[in-house]
Amino acid sequence: MNKKKPSLMNNRNLLIMMTIICIAIIAVTVTEIVPVSPVRNAASAVIVPFQRGINELGSAISSIGNNFRDAGELSEKVEELEKEMAVLKEENLILREDEKELERLRALYELDGIYSQYEKVAADIISRDTGNWYSTFIIDRGSLDGIEPDMNVIADGGLVGLVTEVGSDWATVRTIVDDTSSVSAMTLNTSDTCIVSGDLSMKDKGYLRFSQMNTENDIMIGEQLVTSNISDKFLPGILIGTIMEISEDSNHLTKDGMVLPGVDFGHIQEVFVLTGTKNIPA
Amino acid sequence: MRRRIVMVLLILGCFLLQSTVWNLFPFSNFKPNLMLILVISFAFVHGKKSGIFLGFFSGLLIDLFYGNIIGFTALIYMYIGYAVGSLYKVFFDDDVRLPMLISAAADIVYNLIFYLIRYASGYRLDFGACFTHIIMPEMISTVIFMLILFRLFYFINKKLLEHEVEEKESPWLLK
Repeated sequence: MNKKKPSLMNNRNLLIMMTIICIAIIAVTVTEIVPVSPVRNAASAVIVPFQRGINELGSAISSIGNNFRDAGELSEKVEELEKEMAVLKEENLILREDEKELERLRALYELDGIYSQYEKVAADIISRDTGNWYSTFIIDRGSLDGIEPDMNVIADGGLVGLVTEVGSDWATVRTIVDDTSSVSAMTLNTSDTCIVSGDLSMKDKGYLRFSQMNTENDIMIGEQLVTSNISDKFLPGILIGTIMEISEDSNHLTKDGMVLPGVDFGHIQEVFVLTGTKNIPA
Repeated sequence: MRRRIVMVLLILGCFLLQSTVWNLFPFSNFKPNLMLILVISFAFVHGKKSGIFLGFFSGLLIDLFYGNIIGFTALIYMYIGYAVGSLYKVFFDDDVRLPMLISAAADIVYNLIFYLIRYASGYRLDFGACFTHIIMPEMISTVIFMLILFRLFYFINKKLLEHEVEEKESPWLLK
């Protein structure tokens, strides 16, 4: 233990020394003299199990609560479900016919269920960014499961974001809500391209911004946006969201507005990573 | 020694809480800055040196997981810890008003630096939007959590100091 007597290691010198250490760390990592990912891997090996534990504890507690509540309702549910099943069987027949029609239409739009052809890896979200500036999260799959940077992440069939960094059993995902994220998109019906990006002032309302749509076509509210063919990182044809508000740019050349994302970012717990990158032909 | 172990545990605990519990309120901007609260609460009671080390290690932990530049948050937190630590002689009461004020100021300073760095590195964000959607909500919730957590940290600190014989001159023991 240090004595209270002033010595070379007084507080000011300590601060100066630590500042130099910080700047050295910054310099070393920014210039990539020392690779960052092994260090991050080591840190994750310690922390991630705890984060996983907390998450599991949380879901365990909520499921115990549900068990108690559900017991009484179960028998009612069974009856209800049996009735429903009869109806559903009927509906299923109709849907099968619809599916054929859908296939035909998809071929027409050359989407042809492109992303259903890719291998998917299911992953759980284990933690989120500690600050309020970025919208990133960490999932519990990494390079051991075949995940690489720039892979697309989806949930409920809609685009969630992009893998930015990968460790052995974790990966960082930057969501499209993040305001540093921008996605090249196009409308489903008319293939008009635009840019969808995260926007701070819309984030807490759950919207994204689209901009630079240069078109003569009449774009309607409710039009769906998918990732475009010309995007360099995103696979084409993944649903981004629905246009909710359109306005004309101040120069009257392009259109912009708000998009309601197809994924409910407030409640995603499980995501799918598409283990195919843009270069693989569909 | 005991103090160091407690500090390591608290840093890890706050980080885990910060990164997992807010899953319940995802993408809301009302995430309080627990790490900052921890640094401030301890720097107040133990002085500059603790402020420096606590700030450095908690910032480094954030950087390791979520930072783009490793060492940057550590640097800011460290200076906040140092600055708050130099108020150590001014403050020796369990009055929570001063820490609340300081935490509001520290949170704003931290976020302003963050904004400037992002601005300088090419993200031309509208300051008004940043202020109302990120900085203000975070500050408010940080202050609220400071009010709650300061009592807890104060209690921990008191217990710690009672065990530290070599710091008999600390004003805390006179009470």
